[in-house]
Amino acid sequence: MVLVETRALVKRFGAFTAVDGVTFKVNRGEVVGFLGPNGAGKSTTMKIIAGFLEPTSGEAFVAGHDSQTDPVAARRRLGYLPEGAPAYPDMTVGAFLEFVAAMRGLSRADARNRLAELVERVDLAEVWNRRFEALSKGFKRRVGIAQALVHDPDVLILDEPTDGLDPNQKHEMRELIRTLAPNKAIVVSTHILEEVEAICTRAIVIARGKLLADATPAELLARAPEPDPERQRLVRTTRLEDAFRHITLETAGS
Amino acid sequence: MNKTLLVFRREFAGYFATPLAAVFLVVFLAVSTGMTFFVASFFDRGQADLTAFFLWHPWLYLVLMPAIGMRLWAEERRSGTIELLMTLPVRPWQLVVGKWLAAWAFAGLALALTAPLWITVNYLGSPDNGVILASYIGSWLMAGSFLAIAACISALTKNQVLAFIGAVVAGFVFVMAGFDLVLSAVRPWAPDIIVQAIASMSFIGHFQRITDGVLEAPALIFFTSLIVFALWLNVQALEARKAA
Ligand SMILES: Nc1ncnc2c1ncn2[C@@H]1O[C@H](COP(=O)(O)OP(=O)(O)O)[C@@H](O)[C@H]1O
Ligand SMILES: [Mg+2]
Repeated sequence: MVLVETRALVKRFGAFTAVDGVTFKVNRGEVVGFLGPNGAGKSTTMKIIAGFLEPTSGEAFVAGHDSQTDPVAARRRLGYLPEGAPAYPDMTVGAFLEFVAAMRGLSRADARNRLAELVERVDLAEVWNRRFEALSKGFKRRVGIAQALVHDPDVLILDEPTDGLDPNQKHEMRELIRTLAPNKAIVVSTHILEEVEAICTRAIVIARGKLLADATPAELLARAPEPDPERQRLVRTTRLEDAFRHITLETAGS
Repeated sequence: MNKTLLVFRREFAGYFATPLAAVFLVVFLAVSTGMTFFVASFFDRGQADLTAFFLWHPWLYLVLMPAIGMRLWAEERRSGTIELLMTLPVRPWQLVVGKWLAAWAFAGLALALTAPLWITVNYLGSPDNGVILASYIGSWLMAGSFLAIAACISALTKNQVLAFIGAVVAGFVFVMAGFDLVLSAVRPWAPDIIVQAIASMSFIGHFQRITDGVLEAPALIFFTSLIVFALWLNVQALEARKAA
């Protein structure tokens, strides 16, 4: 079942084309890694799917609802973690999540049950009464994830959920995403390649706004060129890194 | 609960999350009563009314309302929370109205704290309390107009200082609209109807008619429709930023 779909998305900022004809689909049960160098257009594409930005042309659908023409229905089915995991700095974690739950239409009782469950799952109990601005990066990220999960959405769009986390926190975040995976369609942007092997069922590579590859991690690996022994002696790279460099540098350049 | 009310509650509480709210209320009280007594010579008038108090409101609001309204959208854009807010399953107008209501309620609180002044004039003499009540309502509506303009401009930028300056400039146009200085600059080249239209946008003109006597319909309709129009523009500004 297709839960996320983009059709020939184009986004221009003035004369600059940030997203250039991106088309893909994500089914329930898939975790799609959205890969690309900085400035590739990952965040812009995600903002369009979430309905925060309007595409210059093309369409985006969440659970069959057009993000532009049917935004409220699309957003009901969507959990979105914006880049940098923003939240209101002067609110406590508890007050913030209760606000989001109420805005999502959960009754007081439903919200209490759901938040109790989430606090366990995302491990927020110890910071429940703390102000967001006083939290460490790891906790901020977790609040961002909790906020996206409040209404148990079918679709999750997570923009760099592990950015800035330490290795243990990264591991926990990946575990969380994996446990969520079977019942949802998840898109995770990252520029960390090990993340793709760790949690993704599929990887979409974009650079300079163009979609360059849409394949399983194994298929991507197969696209890696033969390792150059000279360069390997200088800096050891993984096969996936080789494939990524090959796709984003050489394919885009040609 | 209603989404507009939820936004209102969060935003209103936000004013009190920092000591800034208390500072603002103190400044408002000090300046509004200070102007009444020292600049407008409340005692020399020898009359028990609040004319001297309300006289300064358009000028006071010109600076203080942008200070309340500047953060409404600019701060959301700066911190990135606007992405959360605008991807919740609600209509933009619900957010716009909720935020403006919070600012308006905060202005109402500041105004309500001047009640001791009202009590004082009743102690000193026997003022026309109907006129004073009408003036309070008119003043609050005018504050709402300044705030709606400030909110709308705040939606255009992520810089609170720019939002403040923009709102003061826009407010200044409405405050000055009735003055001969402005009208005589327009009169030589514009048709009469334009001159009249500009004159009829004057905040001071409408507000003075309220403080002079009765709470008359045209002034109420003017401020109310200005608020509605500015909030509508606020929604349009948010939509336009999506396509930018
Ligand atoms: N609002 C904007 N105005 C102008 N350019 C923008 C805007 N947002 C993003 N860009 C540009 O679009 C490109 C893609 O950005 P983004 O989608 O954030 O990339 P990524 O998330 O892949 O790092 C970048 O070059 C960025 O500078
Ligand atoms: Mg990004």
